[in-house]
Amino acid sequence: MAVIQVERKPLSFAERTYIPQIIGGLKTTFKHLLKPTVTLQYPEQRPEISKNYRGVPTLVKDPNGREKCVSCQLCEFVCPPKAIRITPGEIDADAPNAHVEKGPKTFDIDMLRCIYCGLCQEVCPEEAIWLQNQFSMSGYTRAEMVNDKEKLYELGGTLPDQHFKWDKKKAAEEHGNAH
Amino acid sequence: MDFSLYFNLPLWIRLTIQGTAVILVLFPLAAACSMAERKISAWLQGRPGPNRTIPPILAWVPGISIFQKLGLFQLAADGGKFLFKEDAVPGGVNKFYFIAAPILAMIPALTTVAVVPFGAYLDSAGKLIPIVLADLDIGLLAVFAVSSLGVYAVILAGWASNSKYPFLGGVRASAQLISYELSMTLSVLPVFLWINAPGGDGTLSLFRVVEMQSGSGLAWDSVWYIFYFPLSAFIFLVALFAETNRQPFDMPESESDLVGGFHTEYGAFKWSLFFVAEYCHMIIGSAVFILLFFGGWNPLPGMPLADLAGWLHIADQPILMGLLGISIFLGKIFFSIFFFMWVRWTLPRFRYDQVMNIGWKKLLPLSIANLIIYTLGIAGIALLQK
Repeated sequence: MAVIQVERKPLSFAERTYIPQIIGGLKTTFKHLLKPTVTLQYPEQRPEISKNYRGVPTLVKDPNGREKCVSCQLCEFVCPPKAIRITPGEIDADAPNAHVEKGPKTFDIDMLRCIYCGLCQEVCPEEAIWLQNQFSMSGYTRAEMVNDKEKLYELGGTLPDQHFKWDKKKAAEEHGNAH
Repeated sequence: MDFSLYFNLPLWIRLTIQGTAVILVLFPLAAACSMAERKISAWLQGRPGPNRTIPPILAWVPGISIFQKLGLFQLAADGGKFLFKEDAVPGGVNKFYFIAAPILAMIPALTTVAVVPFGAYLDSAGKLIPIVLADLDIGLLAVFAVSSLGVYAVILAGWASNSKYPFLGGVRASAQLISYELSMTLSVLPVFLWINAPGGDGTLSLFRVVEMQSGSGLAWDSVWYIFYFPLSAFIFLVALFAETNRQPFDMPESESDLVGGFHTEYGAFKWSLFFVAEYCHMIIGSAVFILLFFGGWNPLPGMPLADLAGWLHIADQPILMGLLGISIFLGKIFFSIFFFMWVRWTLPRFRYDQVMNIGWKKLLPLSIANLIIYTLGIAGIALLQK
């Protein structure tokens, strides 16, 4: 590496008294005094969170309000810390989505175990489980930190669906060309 | 208004009431400075600062959120906490001196205010009367003499804590305060040489200093002394920063190398007493600075308080005029306190050897030169006038 010798100029008298520098510094800090704050008033103002943020895992419904999860339990099996516990159940025969056949009876995610790895979202064939932008979980007891099905749907809400896979399936069935 | 009831009281009762009243203003003011410090540091750093605390029973009052935003309830909460939390005394300390130190810190801080005039009014004869607890002829000397006792509290706290960092803090404090006391005293001498021109009565009264800056219109005595003695004012200000242990001279408590300095072992109310004492010193120090160099309670150079009061038609009402003077003086003090904090969040701390270098090798020769030059100048003017 080339060595560059930088010539250091001797300090002028004004510089040695510090005073011009101090006044310059005071000017800078005074400008900051008048500037708006750069901080957020946290609980009321929330930071903007990027779309691909991996927050708390949640269950989502499709735009028709149908529960997407079919309780295949792939997420339960892939979950490295074994945070997910699903009890599969049957969908009532007279329900509009009876052709889906299966849905979760209970769906618990233990947030004390969850490591936010996102494997459940990656593995889900139904795009039913999503790690969304919720980043703060708190509770007073261990039991409170286990998200049950109701809580998971409350956190998840509804996400836009690209496929409407089960609607298509139903339509196909009605036209008599079920595969 | 009839105050004969008050003036018929024995003198000592009246003085006690007056002194208590002043302390009751000064003490909360000094405490409020701690909140000002937090808010100003926050604003300078682009933060809002403490703005959350509010007692739920007051939350419904409209407009109260301004006080909430300014952190006034936070201040009250802090004060309450310091008052009621457990006041632990560490084992191994010298208990008597450990407890005496914060008390000794408060005493000089609250004593010096006695000789500081904070306003004036015109009596029925049209003579300017100072509003002061004790209008001593040795005013400034009394301030210097008593306020320099404050260092004993720091040394005592450092020594009684029986721990190395407080000890180092105490040692530093003693060295630093003695070094800067010299330049500080020397820097104000030209001012008093000027006031006590040959032939007149000699005085060190702070009231007299302001009176000499109270000329109206274009006159020799309407100029504030900052313009006559800029170097004196500068040296005094720098020494004041050092004397009050403010950045960039806060060697005695420099957190980066001494944990908390002399008050490392202190907590709860005793700790807060140190802080209130420090802010009291700042308030009194800036009050003296303003009296000496910034015309005291006069609103502008060439426009003394008496003129302003006459203009507002309150010159014949001593109470209103006194309040006007006090509020102008307080306004100047607040600006000065703001300046202290502004400097604190601008300049990094000096190293200890730099502090000593500046004190002994720069400020002291400068203040001696300043004294000699002004002495010769004042003597020359006196000779010319003869």
